[in-house]
Amino acid sequence: MQLIKTLTASTALLVVAAGAAYADDHMASDMTLVSWGGAYQNSQIKAYAEPYMEMNPGVSITWDESSNEAVAKLRAMNEANNVTWDLVDVVAADAMRLCDEGLAMEIDPNEVLAEAPDGTSAEDDFGDLLVSDCFIPQIVYSTTFGYREDMVPAGTPAPTDICALFDTETYPGMRSLEKRPINNMEWALLCDGVAKDEVYSVLETPEGQQRALDKLATIKDSVIWWSAGADTPQLLADGEVFMGSTYNGRLFSAIVEQDQPIAMLWDAQVFDLDGWIIPSGLPEERLNRVLDFVKFATDTQRLADQAAYISYGPARFSSAPLVGKHAELGIDMAPHMPTDPANAKNTFLYNYEFWADYRDDIDAKFQAWLAQ
Amino acid sequence: MRQKMRALMLVAPLLIFVVVTFIVPILSMLFRSVENDIVPNTIPGTVIALSQWDGSSGEPPHENVYRNLYIDLFKAEEAKQHTRLGSRLNYEQSGLSSLFRTTGRSLDDIGELWQDPLEDIDPNFEEGSFWFEMMSGTGGEDFLETRRELMALMSDEDMSGDVGFVPSEEIIQLLPWTARAYTDFALWAAIRDGDTVAEEDPWESVYGALGMDLTNPDTVSAINSYNGAGASALQAAAANIDQLPQFGFREAFTEEDKDWGSADIWATIKLYSPSMTPGYFLNSVDMTLTPDGIVMKPENQQIYTTLFTRTLIMALIITASCIVLGYPVAWLLANLPMRTASILMILVLLPFWTSLLVRTSAWKVLLQQQGVINEILVWLGFVNDADRLVLMNNATGTVIAMTHILLPFMILPLYSVMKTIPPSYQRAAKSLGATNWTAFWRVYFPQSVPGIGAGSILVFILAIGYYITPEIVGGTDGVFISNRIAYHISSSLNWGLAAALGSILLVVVLGLYWCYDKIVGIDNVKLGG
Repeated sequence: MQLIKTLTASTALLVVAAGAAYADDHMASDMTLVSWGGAYQNSQIKAYAEPYMEMNPGVSITWDESSNEAVAKLRAMNEANNVTWDLVDVVAADAMRLCDEGLAMEIDPNEVLAEAPDGTSAEDDFGDLLVSDCFIPQIVYSTTFGYREDMVPAGTPAPTDICALFDTETYPGMRSLEKRPINNMEWALLCDGVAKDEVYSVLETPEGQQRALDKLATIKDSVIWWSAGADTPQLLADGEVFMGSTYNGRLFSAIVEQDQPIAMLWDAQVFDLDGWIIPSGLPEERLNRVLDFVKFATDTQRLADQAAYISYGPARFSSAPLVGKHAELGIDMAPHMPTDPANAKNTFLYNYEFWADYRDDIDAKFQAWLAQ
Repeated sequence: MRQKMRALMLVAPLLIFVVVTFIVPILSMLFRSVENDIVPNTIPGTVIALSQWDGSSGEPPHENVYRNLYIDLFKAEEAKQHTRLGSRLNYEQSGLSSLFRTTGRSLDDIGELWQDPLEDIDPNFEEGSFWFEMMSGTGGEDFLETRRELMALMSDEDMSGDVGFVPSEEIIQLLPWTARAYTDFALWAAIRDGDTVAEEDPWESVYGALGMDLTNPDTVSAINSYNGAGASALQAAAANIDQLPQFGFREAFTEEDKDWGSADIWATIKLYSPSMTPGYFLNSVDMTLTPDGIVMKPENQQIYTTLFTRTLIMALIITASCIVLGYPVAWLLANLPMRTASILMILVLLPFWTSLLVRTSAWKVLLQQQGVINEILVWLGFVNDADRLVLMNNATGTVIAMTHILLPFMILPLYSVMKTIPPSYQRAAKSLGATNWTAFWRVYFPQSVPGIGAGSILVFILAIGYYITPEIVGGTDGVFISNRIAYHISSSLNWGLAAALGSILLVVVLGLYWCYDKIVGIDNVKLGG
């Protein structure tokens, strides 16, 4: 039995090796990549799309900025039996959803991804961040808060904890929050006195969900709800809101690159992941090209390069020591990463499984609450 | 007759174009609002077995239903369809999405409860080749085709092709459950995964299915007189039944999640078993179908009636403000000397040609609290610096921005109608002694009504389906029903509900159009001439 297994395994290896040699001549010459646009997509273009095209002069890459609606669009493409995307950048929760529905291809990380320079296997190098069988993580980002320094009332200390969000007496002014329950419900419970590790068990019950909504209701009149990542930095820059939630990279570019009077609040920041998925059922030629690109784009050096353009932490352990300076401003990037120890003192862990299971229920309640 | 044919031939290209690119897609989208294929397609055996169950007893269904569920769900989990089914049922009863997800993860474990002891009884059960030999034969071609069709319906994939396996007639008679589970496995392995069936180890569900067969005393006695392939292993299993789990699949399922023992869950599944459902339409009017009949949703989940009324009222307000603002402009355009009028006309058309997104974003800059309008008001002293007007992210913002954006649709029809009213009529009225007001109100205005009608219909129908502007400046209380439709299409992926909301919107528009025809008369609508 063991012999048979070994034999089968080595035949499989042979097939893979032969496939690799064969693949060189059988790769599509164009690719459609889907991402988020803006500074993030720019960092991807600079860090790996351009170097890849230099290495492979015949290849052309088309970018589509539909990551926001990737799940819906992929499902529609799948129903129409015409998937035109080759590689899609999504957040981890969407990757899990796509994987569950069979819309994303399952991958073997050790086979598809490059190993670390010191020989550590890809699986160990990405570690816990491989949250789904279909997901190829690129970066760790966080959803956190920015506030206007000049709008803190005179004589009052600047806010240091998340609950300043709900304290409209000490810190008057509007707030901006994302138009969805995820993260908002957790922050509301934390500030309503729920211990950090009990947040999800409270949120599981209808009473807990109501409690979170009631807490949010205390500031409902002073909230502007956003749905695009660029909204909060804009609202802060305009002085429309006193504080608002958004992705840390967006705040970084508002503060450091555009020099706005905004400060970051790292308290209770919520870590999340962003990465690639490969749509399932790609024709062989396109699949070969995508696999070749993904292996290159997620290796240790490339992920570290990306951090020179945007303040998101690379998803590989081996990339972290290579993170250097901002490509244009020349400042050290490490202190601006959400994973930097000084910033990560009080982080909140996002529970993927909880949201996969309860998203349908809580979304419905939240949206009705918003509309009322 | 021949002439008619000729006329038809002339319009045929356009007709075909409209039908293919417009009517068919719209109808197929609208069809989704009642379609419910996913339940009967994904768990067909369960649906049939469940039809025997009387939900009013409050008892969970018979073991047979759970067995079918296991076979169906295992297959669906392989095809990754079970989470879609869970999401579908979750629209009707919350909690079902998580139930299907978690159960999907534990189906292998349930199968292993039977697999491990079976393999202990006879190691032959570990071998894929042994199973293949035992199950294959001749005479099961029809059976194979039936399973193939079910598989194709469930997975939405083309399952045609050579399987390299035909179940034997004898084994189908002897082990009905096992034959189903193994045939499903063989189809999936051969066609979907492109493997050779004989070399693959069967799914865990095949072992579970053999366990189901072995609980039937008739099967056990038949096995003892069976002498086909695999007879000795089967007889060993039949002789050692006491080593197999002594509980059924109902217990196995309720062990994984106690909700499977609840009659409510099953009542919902049974209620949504037919391939057509009124569920989405009921949802769109804040109602839901339960085993006790149609009931209103809980207060904190009612949203759509509010949104429909809000959409209608705000569209009316926008139409009215367009009339008030547009009428004088159109009058000026029609009555000023040509040179001045064309400059004015450009002022009307320029914004009309500018991108919708640009104009809406411009309103964002103007309307916000630190924006141009508030700054001017504060500077003029009309508004206190501390209480700046909230003009955006609410209904006010939507009305202001949409009035501006839709204004040209009011002005242009008005202008083209007014242009045809001879100025001599008004002069004649005045020479007969009418005041300016009477001459306008009794002579000019009635002639301009068709323009108002055309403009109002255009503006109102455009407004009712508007999406981008309310999304950007509407906040939470200035959004329309179309924003919910967009949300369900692209975020929540509840396409059935989106289609139902869209159908209702369509019917409302057609209804209003009909009313308008009755009251004003559609013949009175003129776009000029």
